Amino acid sequence: MIPMLVILGIVVVLAIWVISIFNRLTRRRITANGAWSDIDVQLKRRYNLIPNLVETVKGYATHEKETLESVIKARQTAIDASGVQQQAQAENMLTGTLRQLFALSESYPDLKANQNFMQLQEELTSTENKIGFSRQHYNNTAAQYNQAIAVFPNNVIAGMFNFGEMDFFELDDDAQREAPKVSF
Amino acid sequence: MRGLPANVTFLDLIRRNKRKSVVLMVGMGLLVVVLGAALAAAITVYGGGAEALVPALVLGAAVAAVIAVIACLWSFYGGSQAILRMSGARPIDKAHDPQLFNVVEELAIAAGIPMPKVFLIQDDAVNAFATGRDPAHGAVAITTGLRHRLSRDELAGVMAHELSHIRNYDIRFAMLMATMVGLIVFACDAFWRVMWYGSWHGTGRRSARGGDRGSGIVILVVMVIAVLLAILAPALAMLIRFAVSRQREYLADAGAVELTRYPQGLIGALEKLGASTTPLRGANRATAHLYVVNPLRNAAKGKGHEASSVFRTHPPLHERIARLHALMQ
Repeated sequence: MIPMLVILGIVVVLAIWVISIFNRLTRRRITANGAWSDIDVQLKRRYNLIPNLVETVKGYATHEKETLESVIKARQTAIDASGVQQQAQAENMLTGTLRQLFALSESYPDLKANQNFMQLQEELTSTENKIGFSRQHYNNTAAQYNQAIAVFPNNVIAGMFNFGEMDFFELDDDAQREAPKVSF
Repeated sequence: MRGLPANVTFLDLIRRNKRKSVVLMVGMGLLVVVLGAALAAAITVYGGGAEALVPALVLGAAVAAVIAVIACLWSFYGGSQAILRMSGARPIDKAHDPQLFNVVEELAIAAGIPMPKVFLIQDDAVNAFATGRDPAHGAVAITTGLRHRLSRDELAGVMAHELSHIRNYDIRFAMLMATMVGLIVFACDAFWRVMWYGSWHGTGRRSARGGDRGSGIVILVVMVIAVLLAILAPALAMLIRFAVSRQREYLADAGAVELTRYPQGLIGALEKLGASTTPLRGANRATAHLYVVNPLRNAAKGKGHEASSVFRTHPPLHERIARLHALMQ
């Protein structure tokens, strides 16, 4: 009778231990996934701000049709992109064309003084920063999750329940790290 | 964060912070209870009731514990509101200052914490503080003086410093510590008053002096312990509080850079903060710990020297700037 109880006790303790690790890993995974979807929210917000910006600029910078069109095109490419790699590339291109647009606004004093333009500029600056920061946050949480599933004994339980490694949201180059700023 | 192993993350530091906070709070709690017991015993003995020593010890400890728990609960749930009210901060919404809101929102995303409430203090002094017992109840406040003087990047540096305090649970700790230290100082103060009063109106206590030698020694020992505690406890409690507070300022600076990845922002802001000498109304010794730079520092500066280094709430600005420069290498 007593050996039975001892074995039962060990089994119960083991089960509680496995469950607690499983829950901890799951929480980490949920946090990382949440951080991933935060990036999406900010990207969508940027798509929504761009048509307004283009409309405002059009009224002042009549000779810059080309730049405006490239912004619109880059936006559409980014919306249509699928897959992490393609998405990242399209977003980088969009960031580049937007920076061009803000650079050329320098030569239009009336545009720069426009209240609407200034507001849009602040919102876009902020959204660019938020995209950068949500990437940063996602990478942090993904790194924490990857570390959690790699150490013993978590790795055994991670293997049993199919906890896979998460990818990082890589940036193209080092310059990109400081890039998410269109303020001058 | 030089001097730490490369694999130490901010999450580890926050965990360590919380652990240290628990140890320090338990230590402070014990100090309060022991102090309560010793003072009650000393007063009883002094008043002539040497035979009631043990009940006095127990009663003193119990009363001290109850008061400490009530005070901590109050500061935990009501402290933030009290501080915001005391500092004259007004809540604002996004339409009022879109850039300030955006900056705070960006950093909340970077830190992975909920968006804190944003407050503005109508004051020409340059300062900012954060409050809230945990990230879900966070609030940041900035003076109009500082808000107008900072560029976007500098504003981000200051706000990142404040959000780091929230994320590191420094606020909860600072407020509970302040409460405990306040209690200790108050108890010792009360003790000295009783002693003073007793020595003038010493009725009844003489009767105990004629007792046997055994109780005479006990009385002497109790009195010596109580007096020593009453002298040392407030100073010790304050020393611990100030030392811990300075460490956490460095940690919050490093945490700010971890969020913004741009030390120049905070460096620029600290330089502007150092250049200003306008003192801040609505700040006092109890709330000084929460601000980005010590709001009372100018009072000491006027005398030609900074406040003595052991009792400083914040590390010197040039030291903080030097450490930030070190982070860039």
